[in-house]
Amino acid sequence: MKHKIANWGNYPVIESNERFFTYPDQLQQLVRESKGFIPRGNGRCYGDASLAPETITATQFNKILSFDKEKGIFECQSGLTLDSILEVIVPAGWFLPVTPGTKFITVGGAIGSDVHGKNHHVDGCFSSHVLEMELVLADGSLMTCSPNTHKDLFEATCGGMGLTGFITRVSFQLKKIETAYIRQKQIKAENLEEVLRLFEEYKHYTYSVAWIDCLKKGPHFGRSILILGEHARLNELPAKFSADPLKFPRKKQINFPFNLPSWVLNTFTVKAFNFLYYAKNTRKEINNVVSYEPFFYPLDAILNWNRGYGKKGFIQYQFVLPLSAKEGLIDILNRISDKGIGSFLAVLKVFGQQDSLISFPSEGYTLALDIPVRQGLFEFLDELDQVVLRYGGRLYMSKDARMKPDVLKAGYPRLEEFKNIVLRYNPDFKFRSDQSDRLLLTK
Amino acid sequence: MSTVLILGAASDMAVAIARRFAEQGHQLQLAARKADRLLPLASDLKIRYGTPVSVHEFEAIAFDTHETFYRSLSARPDIVICVFGYLGDQDKAMASWTEAEQIIHTNYTGAVSILNCAAAEMAARKQGTIVGISSVAGDRGRQSNYIYGSAKAGFSAYLSGLRNRMFASGVHVLTVKPGFVYTRMTENLTLPPLLTAKPEEVALAVEKAVRSKKNVLYVKWFWKWIMLIITLIPEFMFKKLKL
Repeated sequence: MKHKIANWGNYPVIESNERFFTYPDQLQQLVRESKGFIPRGNGRCYGDASLAPETITATQFNKILSFDKEKGIFECQSGLTLDSILEVIVPAGWFLPVTPGTKFITVGGAIGSDVHGKNHHVDGCFSSHVLEMELVLADGSLMTCSPNTHKDLFEATCGGMGLTGFITRVSFQLKKIETAYIRQKQIKAENLEEVLRLFEEYKHYTYSVAWIDCLKKGPHFGRSILILGEHARLNELPAKFSADPLKFPRKKQINFPFNLPSWVLNTFTVKAFNFLYYAKNTRKEINNVVSYEPFFYPLDAILNWNRGYGKKGFIQYQFVLPLSAKEGLIDILNRISDKGIGSFLAVLKVFGQQDSLISFPSEGYTLALDIPVRQGLFEFLDELDQVVLRYGGRLYMSKDARMKPDVLKAGYPRLEEFKNIVLRYNPDFKFRSDQSDRLLLTK
Repeated sequence: MSTVLILGAASDMAVAIARRFAEQGHQLQLAARKADRLLPLASDLKIRYGTPVSVHEFEAIAFDTHETFYRSLSARPDIVICVFGYLGDQDKAMASWTEAEQIIHTNYTGAVSILNCAAAEMAARKQGTIVGISSVAGDRGRQSNYIYGSAKAGFSAYLSGLRNRMFASGVHVLTVKPGFVYTRMTENLTLPPLLTAKPEEVALAVEKAVRSKKNVLYVKWFWKWIMLIITLIPEFMFKKLKL
């Protein structure tokens, strides 16, 4: 049945015939019968990557298949969300090897987007920890791949936006933890220079990310709060937590009940928010121990927070620039503050080295910011795209809803290689999304 | 910890019910036509909730196998939940007896056959709970789905009679009328969101109703009133309606 679907940015909204399945053979049959569709998880990418007139959604395909508590190897069906995984692994002393800023994504989506987290510079992407996965290919057959077997399929599936096949089963390596808590350090940086210096100084920290004020000009241009973290060891826990060090945090969730009218977000309110957010840390440096939940997933506590950007939705713009392109970062931040479109949560991070086929991260600075959809925005973003490309950067497909095919091509040097593998496994472009059509990956 | 037998454990609703009962610490016996289909669910329940789970081959319309099936269960179930059902296709069922027969046999005859086995054993033991997932479609026959509806009506009447009979033996019988539910069975229908429950909501309501020994459960409360109104419409008017 056709109905309206959208991803997290609520832009675009399209009509799709969405189908579900519970068993692999049901999926195989759906794939065989379909003329063209895109695999879909929990709809937490931002743009149109998992939108198409026909979608097959994996959210009912969510069983845990095995969990080796000695070795920390976890195997599940692709529609399982990270949220459900944490419920099982944390009390057993294990953690996700890599997690993005929301736990409401599926494992299949984590691989299709090859998500990264605050530990990218140490642990790489999600796919770096995948031991093996199985896919339903375009002809309905099953194929298992890993970093060693059917390597081409494996590489093109990690970050391949669902264009190689439908991931069914995944096994991946977890990370050992002694406690469910994070030893956190927050440092206020007066400006961009300082925060970049601090990133370098604290690069030995497993987790690092900075909130940055995109609207501030002058001597405080790029003022930030750097947030660092390490999994707390048992002997580092304050007494109040040590009785139950692996306690699963109780869920406190509030719901954003309606779409905020779009006029609420304007330069003034964002500036006011940024002022308060920066001022709330009264000291230069704060050191404390917190549950992993607020550390990794501060926004998950507010269900449907995307409604705060109004009915027209928003674009999350995320790019990465090489380390040598600091001027590029300054250039872009200047353009953003001149335009006055900064968002509540702009996030800056330094990626470590990575050289994957089609995954987004590569060594350098990555900035992500949410911008409500409004007139003139797309022209402005096209302009930013050119700046990103000029400095040797690229955009993240999972966040994208509007980039032009040339921008993708110029940003991903191994794109042709990727397209050839897609052609090998998906010759008739049965796996295709609105995004892949727009970016000419399936045309 | 009691043992819960789920008949027709492969459906979306059954998965949700199994998870809810496992979460509450019950031991589970999962039964479906193809037992190997249940293995992922079984491992999921064991890993999530640390509860023992077994899987069993069960065919609702192979009536002559039911007694052996029930006797061969490793433990006597304390709670039997009959979830299996077949919506079928009304137009097909009007034209072809095969389809009509399958609808009737799955939803009514098969359910009666297996629950008779459970009832006999529970009556002798003087304890237990039987849960039947029936349907609001059984509250009054409508032209759009009266083959399915009449089979469910028969099943509801069976459960009501069984509840009456088993009362003296201390065995409880719960009739569940879920209303619309988002499942694979209904994914091609346009359902009104306000009247449609998620499988997890059904599971939560069923588990609670078992604990509180409720007799008839409408998962979304307004279904009770909708069906009351529908059953109150005089037949001379009802027959003219397009329902």
